[in-house]
Amino acid sequence: MDDKREPDGIVLTEAQKKSRRQRSIAIALALGVLAVLFFAVTLVKGPAVLVRPM
Amino acid sequence: MSVVDRNAIELSPRISEADVADYIALLKPRVMSLVIFTALVGLVLAPGHFHPVLAFTSLLCIAVGAGASGALNMAYEGDIDAKMSRTANRPIPRGRITQAEALTFGTTLAFFSVMTLGILVNWFAGALLAFTIFFYVVIYTIALKRWTAQNIVIGGAAGALPPVVAWAAATGSLSVEPILLFLIIFFWTPPHFWALALFRSDDYARAGVPMLPVVAGPDATRLQILLYTIVLIASFAPWPLGYFDAVYGVTSLVLGGAMLALAVSVYRRREGSEARRATRKLFAFSILYLFGLFATLLLEVVVRALAPTIW
Repeated sequence: MDDKREPDGIVLTEAQKKSRRQRSIAIALALGVLAVLFFAVTLVKGPAVLVRPM
Repeated sequence: MSVVDRNAIELSPRISEADVADYIALLKPRVMSLVIFTALVGLVLAPGHFHPVLAFTSLLCIAVGAGASGALNMAYEGDIDAKMSRTANRPIPRGRITQAEALTFGTTLAFFSVMTLGILVNWFAGALLAFTIFFYVVIYTIALKRWTAQNIVIGGAAGALPPVVAWAAATGSLSVEPILLFLIIFFWTPPHFWALALFRSDDYARAGVPMLPVVAGPDATRLQILLYTIVLIASFAPWPLGYFDAVYGVTSLVLGGAMLALAVSVYRRREGSEARRATRKLFAFSILYLFGLFATLLLEVVVRALAPTIW
C-alpha cells in the first residue's frame, strides 16, 4: 500500500480545523454547564424536583 | 466512475470557518444584556424567597431564549441585513454563517431554554418564554417588520416580556407589578426605535423596511415620538398608586422630564446637523432612561434588604 497517497474526500484547511475545534469546545462547555445546572437544581429542590407547578 | 460519484467530487460542500465569536454575535449580546437586566429587576421585585440557584437558572434561560430570538431573527433577515450599513457586518451577510446554520442554532437554543426553564423552574414561566420567542420571531420578524410601520409598536411587546417571564419564574403567577414593568418597556420602545430609524432612515429605505420615517416621513415620526414620550411620562404612576416607592416616582419624573425635553427638541429641530444631533441625543438618552428607571427599582430592593431602616 502506498503511504504517500493523497487522502480521499474533503481535507480541512488549518482555519477550518481551528474553528471546528473552537465550536466543539464551546458545545462541550455548554453541555457541561447544562449538566451542572440540572445537578445543582436537583440538590436544591431535593425530593420536590418532580413537583413542577404549572 | 458513475455520475453520482463525479457530482460528489465536483460539488464540494461548504465547510464552515465560523468561530465562537460569530455565533455569539448571532445572539445579539447588547440586546441580551438589556434583557438580562430587566429580567433581573423582575426577579428581585417578585415577593417571597427564590433560591439563588433557581434565580440564576431563570436568568440564564431568559438570556439564552433572548439570544435564540436574535439568532432566528438574523436567520430570517439575512437579505435585509446585507443592505443596511448598521447590520452588514453581522455573521450572515459576511458569509461566516449560513441562514440554515443560524436557524438550527436558534431553534436549538430556543428549545433548550424553554425546556430547561419549564423543567427546572416552572412551566408557566417556560410557556411565557416560548411565547416571547414566538412573538419576536413570528409576529414581529416575519409578520410585521416588512409589512407595517407599526412593526416596532406591536413587536415591542416581545422586548417588554422578559421581566414578566422572570416574575412568573419566581412566583409561578402574575400580578400588577410585572404588568407595570411590561408597560414601561412597551411605551419606551417606539420613541427609542423611531429615534434610531430617523437617523438610519436611508438604511431602512434601501432595505425596503417600512419604518415610520420611510413610510410617513420624518415630521410625522417626530410627532409620534413626542406623543409616545408624553405617554411614557405616566411611568411615574406606580408611585402614587402605591406599587413602587417615592424614589422611583421622583426618578421617573426627572428622567421622564429630561426625555420629554429631548423629544420636544427633536420635534422642533427638523433640518441639518442640529436635527441629527437632537435625534442621536434622544436615542442615547432613551437607553439611559430605561436603565435608570430599572436600576432605581433594583437599588430600592437591594438597599431595603441590606439596610431596612434607611429605605
